[in-house]
Amino acid sequence: MDINTPFFKARASEALQDENLQQALGNLKQGFPHKRAIAVERMPEFDDLRDQGRDLKNHILEHLDLYLEQFESKVTENGGHVHWARTGEDANQIILDICQQVNAKTVTKGKSMVSEETGLNDYLEKNGIQPVETDLGEYILQLRGDHPSHIIAPAIHLNLEDVSEAFHQHHNKPKSDDPVTLMQEARDALREKFVVADVGITGANFCVAETGSTIIVTNEGNGDLTQTLPKTHIVITSIEKVVPTLEDMTLFLRLLARSATGQEFTVYNTLSSGPRREGDQDGPENFHVVLVDNGRSEMVGSQFQDMLRCIRCSACMNHCPVYGAVGGHSYGWVYPGPMGSVLTPKMIGIEKGAALPNASTFCGKCESVCPVRIPLPKLMRHWREDEFSKHLTPKAARYGLSSWAFLAKRPTLYRQFTKLSSWGLKLLANSSFGGDKGKLEKIPLAGGWTDFRDMPAPQGETFMQQWKQRQAANQTDGESS
Amino acid sequence: MPQQHPSEKPSPNVGLFITCLADMFRPSIGFATVKLLEQTGCRVSVPEQQTCCGQPAYNTGDRRTSAEIARMTIDAFAGYEYLVAPSGSCVGMIKYYPELFDKEDPYQQLAQELADRSYEITSFLFDVIGLEALQQQLQQLSIPRTITYHDSCSGLRQLGIKQQPRELLKQIDGLQIEEMTEAETCCGFGGTFCVKYPEISNRMVSNKSEFINDSGADTLVGGDLGCLLNMAGKLQRQTKDAPGELVEARHVVELLADMLDIPGIGEQEVRQLKDNVSAKNYALASELKSSELTGSELKTSAITAEQEAK
Repeated sequence: MDINTPFFKARASEALQDENLQQALGNLKQGFPHKRAIAVERMPEFDDLRDQGRDLKNHILEHLDLYLEQFESKVTENGGHVHWARTGEDANQIILDICQQVNAKTVTKGKSMVSEETGLNDYLEKNGIQPVETDLGEYILQLRGDHPSHIIAPAIHLNLEDVSEAFHQHHNKPKSDDPVTLMQEARDALREKFVVADVGITGANFCVAETGSTIIVTNEGNGDLTQTLPKTHIVITSIEKVVPTLEDMTLFLRLLARSATGQEFTVYNTLSSGPRREGDQDGPENFHVVLVDNGRSEMVGSQFQDMLRCIRCSACMNHCPVYGAVGGHSYGWVYPGPMGSVLTPKMIGIEKGAALPNASTFCGKCESVCPVRIPLPKLMRHWREDEFSKHLTPKAARYGLSSWAFLAKRPTLYRQFTKLSSWGLKLLANSSFGGDKGKLEKIPLAGGWTDFRDMPAPQGETFMQQWKQRQAANQTDGESS
Repeated sequence: MPQQHPSEKPSPNVGLFITCLADMFRPSIGFATVKLLEQTGCRVSVPEQQTCCGQPAYNTGDRRTSAEIARMTIDAFAGYEYLVAPSGSCVGMIKYYPELFDKEDPYQQLAQELADRSYEITSFLFDVIGLEALQQQLQQLSIPRTITYHDSCSGLRQLGIKQQPRELLKQIDGLQIEEMTEAETCCGFGGTFCVKYPEISNRMVSNKSEFINDSGADTLVGGDLGCLLNMAGKLQRQTKDAPGELVEARHVVELLADMLDIPGIGEQEVRQLKDNVSAKNYALASELKSSELTGSELKTSAITAEQEAK
């Protein structure tokens, strides 16, 4: 997937003009947050669960090596294979090798953000293997040559017309505006793919160390067909998904469903614990887990460690007013919203990713809904510090800040400056710039503000000036009385 | 200085943190804050060595400058029992001060102490001083307005300020609070955010002003001048050709301190607010209070007034 993050601002600008997208984002804003609120309301102990989730994740991250090793030995014991991928390319290579070993022509895929991260689909296609996305949203995107704009509702940026058009082109059927008809079309098309696929690739929401199991949660059941029908099942997942026990997994499942979609529980929760055993009715003959690092182990022990608690529920983006305004594609890479603003610079470098941690008002809504209490604004601020210390902050901002800081550290000088500024602005408000004396409609060098809104003018003398006068007057009064 | 009874607790010695925006744009917020503090028996001073809380540097990633400004602010407020500011955002910043110093640095401890005794004004009045101290004064006020309250992000999420301003405002006779949709959603100001990403900020404040207008309130009230400048600026731009439609924007302390004789934010003159239901009902109710009408008569008259207003 191309990295378009440096063009965040331009992409955001386009997104703001895109009426269809704005409508879709409006629906999203009405939908998930509302459902989450109801689900949380119905569960008084939800905040306690969040604390437990946070603490458990912290414990796991402190002992990540231990749990990963346990997971690996259990998978091996169950007859599966674990592969360690340092980078995204490593992961793709490992998966390609497995596919080639079984002479795979087509692979079906359940939804996996990690595979978006590694660019797996493109890689397989380049090497003669056809990947087929089976999550309905992902399937639509694949037909359109598009990418997800949201991590749990990947096609949220599209409307019915877009879907109808894509299906019409690829299914050789008349156009329809009936969602049920469209769904049936997708179901028919995908069923053929499920049957012929040589390999099924899924992600994993969690990897359970005590049993060597991986789990996927879906609302469509496509994941089950992906992992049980083909002879080979490959799980691509990242190292921080490991949890110690099945019971720990259930804690996260409760947090995940409520935070993501406001469901008590996701419809399908499917565990894979190795290849089919003797007497099993179904299941793959080969079972592989590819554990992707891709920069994550570097985050352990760093100031970004808290980010590894993320369980990919999307609550932060569902509630983020910036995401709600510009949508996921503006973020220019795999992970959008506040979680992406922390994760993306880690993976593509702060040089390319700085626009994202800056695109936040630090309103804190994301942190307030995060099921594992990730301090997202704080982590975004870490990136800004990194950017600042590497002198990557734009020159104008840097210059502005240092001039301001020079004054802010010198109260007497600062007083003179505020006095002058407030006088100057007041003067401007009374001149042709104002039009109305209480406000300014245009301020030189402040177009960012006055292009869209008026600037209320200062009342007059600064508080400090007036306070001093008041103190002096009081003193005189005191003396004269 | 007020005489103290020996058994009485000495009046709190409060240092006012004026906030750079209020200092420059709206000094009346500072004077309203002082008035409220004095009404509750506080001794108020304004330390001269203060400038800004340091948030612009902190949020741009310049820790060194933010630490230098923090040190200056800590020194400036060293002698005060409390630091009080008419802004949740600036007090929120002061709560970050301890993070700016190493454990070995003596300023770390001082920063923690300052953070612990720093309060946003409505939280100080309600949580520290207690409503009783101000209740009588507030109940004497009569402000026939319908307001809607914007919960600013830092105050709400960092300091837990939600109920305090509302409880204080509820004491005022004639004042009606109409909650807007998404009162807790960011207005898009975000300090430097609004100039770094003006278009996104504009979308956010446009959404916000829609909710404000839909609430039916005649006055927008909030506790942070940054947000208020942003929203007031947007509301004014939108009603450029219909100034009569403008929702007036005010800081909460201006209502609590009964300082409505100064123009709303971004306005030049004190505006006679457009007649609205609440104002009419209020006038009617006071009229009826003095005459001796029955409950049903009162109700009928109120309905008539409402219809007239529509």
